[in-house]
Amino acid sequence: MTATADPALPAGPGDPMRAFEHAYAARRRRARIGWVVGTAIFLVLFALTSWAGDFFKVTQVTLPDGSRDWRWILPAGLPRLGEYIEKTLPALHWDSLGADLANWFWRWKIWLKLLFQTILIAFLATTLGVAGGFLLSFPAARNLAPNRWGLWLTRRYLEVARTVPELVWALIFVFCFGVGPMAGVLAIGLHACGALGKLYSEVNENIDMRPLEGVRAAGGTWFDQIRYGAVPQVLPNIVSYTLLRFEINVRSSSIIGYVGAGGLGQEFRTAMSFQEYTDLSALFLIIFATVALIDYGSEKLRHRIIGMDLDQSRRDARAQVI
Amino acid sequence: MTATLSLRSVTRQFGATTAVDKATLDIQPGEFVGVIGRSGAGKSTMLRLINRLVEPTSGAIFFDGAEVSAFRGRALRNWRRDCAMIFQQFNLVDRLDVLTNVLIGRLADHGFLSSMAMRFSDAERAMAIEALDRLDLLPQALQRAGTLSGGQQQRVAIAKALVQRPRIMLADEPIASLDPANASRVMDGLRQINREDGLTVLVNLHTLDTARAYCDRIIAMRAGRVMFDGTPFQLTDDVVRDIYGLDGLAEFNEAVTSTTARATGRVTEQA
Repeated sequence: MTATADPALPAGPGDPMRAFEHAYAARRRRARIGWVVGTAIFLVLFALTSWAGDFFKVTQVTLPDGSRDWRWILPAGLPRLGEYIEKTLPALHWDSLGADLANWFWRWKIWLKLLFQTILIAFLATTLGVAGGFLLSFPAARNLAPNRWGLWLTRRYLEVARTVPELVWALIFVFCFGVGPMAGVLAIGLHACGALGKLYSEVNENIDMRPLEGVRAAGGTWFDQIRYGAVPQVLPNIVSYTLLRFEINVRSSSIIGYVGAGGLGQEFRTAMSFQEYTDLSALFLIIFATVALIDYGSEKLRHRIIGMDLDQSRRDARAQVI
Repeated sequence: MTATLSLRSVTRQFGATTAVDKATLDIQPGEFVGVIGRSGAGKSTMLRLINRLVEPTSGAIFFDGAEVSAFRGRALRNWRRDCAMIFQQFNLVDRLDVLTNVLIGRLADHGFLSSMAMRFSDAERAMAIEALDRLDLLPQALQRAGTLSGGQQQRVAIAKALVQRPRIMLADEPIASLDPANASRVMDGLRQINREDGLTVLVNLHTLDTARAYCDRIIAMRAGRVMFDGTPFQLTDDVVRDIYGLDGLAEFNEAVTSTTARATGRVTEQA
C-alpha cells in the first residue's frame, strides 16, 4: 500500500495502482495458504504411512547376555543385514584362491547359459515391446488419434499391458506355454509394450502439428502425416527411451526366471530353497556386472545418437552460413 | 464453368462465432487474387475451407463443375493436391532434408508402401530438383529444412506446392513472418508462377500495399463477410476505412504496415 501514499494520485476505487496492490497481496496470501496446507497434508500422510508401514514398531530382541528386551525395530534389525551378507560371502583364502573361486562359481557353465538366455529375453522382449508400443503410440496420442474409439481402445490396451506386473504376466504365460524363455519374452515384451506405448504417446502429444498440416494440405493420408510429419520429430526421443527400456528389461529378465520364465532368476530360487547362500552372492555379482556393462554401453550409444543429431544440425547450420 | 472456383454461401461457425459468413465468390482461372482484412476477419478460415482443411458448416464449393465440398477419401486427397496451400509458418518438416520436404508434394499419388518407405521415383526427384532450381534453392537441397532462413523455408514450401502440379495455389499470409527483402522474393515467386504457369493464385495478405502491388483483384473481408470485391484501383480510402473499421483513427498510413520492400520501390532485389 505504499504506492497510494502519493497525495497527487486520486485514491479512489478506480485507482489502478491500488487495485494492483490489492490483487497482488491477495495472490500472495493465497499462495502462502496453499503452501502451508500442502505441507501439512504431506507431513500427515508421511507420518501415517510410516506408522502403517511398521516403521515405529517395537520388537523383542535377544541381548548378548541372553536376556530379552524391547527395542525399536530399525536399530534392532539393521545388524541382521550384515549377518545376511556375511552368510552369502564365500570363504576365500589366499593360498587356495583358485580352488575357492571355482568352488564359489561352481555352476558357472549353467549360469553362463542362463545369462545368455537372460540377455536374449531382454533383447527380444524390447524388440517386441518397441514394435507394438511404437505402432500403438500414434492412435493413443490425443492430437494424432484418427478417431475416438481408436484412442480409447489403444489407451485401455496399453494401460492393461503395463499395469499388470511382469511377474504376473510371466505366471500366466508359463501356464500357457510352459517353463522357459518364451514365457519370459512374452511377459516382459507385453509389459514393455504398455510402458513404451504410453511414453511414446506422450512424446507424440508434444510435437509441432504444423508439419502434419503441411502434409495433409498436400493430399497426404493419415499414415503419410504420421510418417513424414510426426516420426522425424519424435525419433530421437524414441531411440533414447528404447535403450533405457532395454536396460530395464535386462534387470527384469534376470529375475523373471523365479517364476519359471527363463533366465538366471530360476537359480535364485534354487539357491534359496537349498540354502546355498554363497550362490546368491555369485549370481548377484554376475547380474550386477552384466547390468552395469549394458547400462554403460547403452548410455554411450544414447549420447552418441543425441550427439550425432546435434552434429548434423551444426553441420547444416555451418553450411547455411557458407 | 471450366476450372472456375466457386464458393456458394459458404459458412463456417466455431461455436458461437461465425468465422466465414455466407461467402459467395467466383475465381476465374489465372487470376491473382488478394484477400485482405483485419486479423480474425475470416481470411485464413476461408482458404482452409477451400483446401478442405476445415469443413464448411453450410454452403458448397465447386471447382471445374464438381462439388469439392462433397469429396471424400481419394477424391479429397486429389483435390488437396490440386489446390496447393502454403502457410504463414511454412509447415515444413524441420528434421527432414529440403528435397524430401519438396517430395511430400508427391504423396497424394503414392501407395501406402512406397510412401511409408519414403521411396520416390527418379522422375519425381527430377521434378523436385527442377522446382528447387527454379526458386534458387538447389544448393540447399540436402540440408535439413529447419536450418534454413524463413525466406528460404517459404520458397521450399512453394517448391513443394509446385511439384503437386496444382491448378490453384492458396497462400495463407505467406509473407507475414518474413523480412521485407524475403517477402518480396516470395511474392515475386508467386507472381512468376501465376504468369508463367497460368496458375490461379489466391493469397491472404495483411498489408494493403502488397495487395495493391501484386494482385489483379482484391477481396476484402470483415467479420466473416466479403465486404469488397474489385480491382486495386477501386479500393479507395473510404472503402479501406470501412473494412478496417478505423472510425476513430483519422490517420491511416499504408506505408507503416508495409512488409515488402519492392512494393514501395525502396529496394529492388536482395538475396
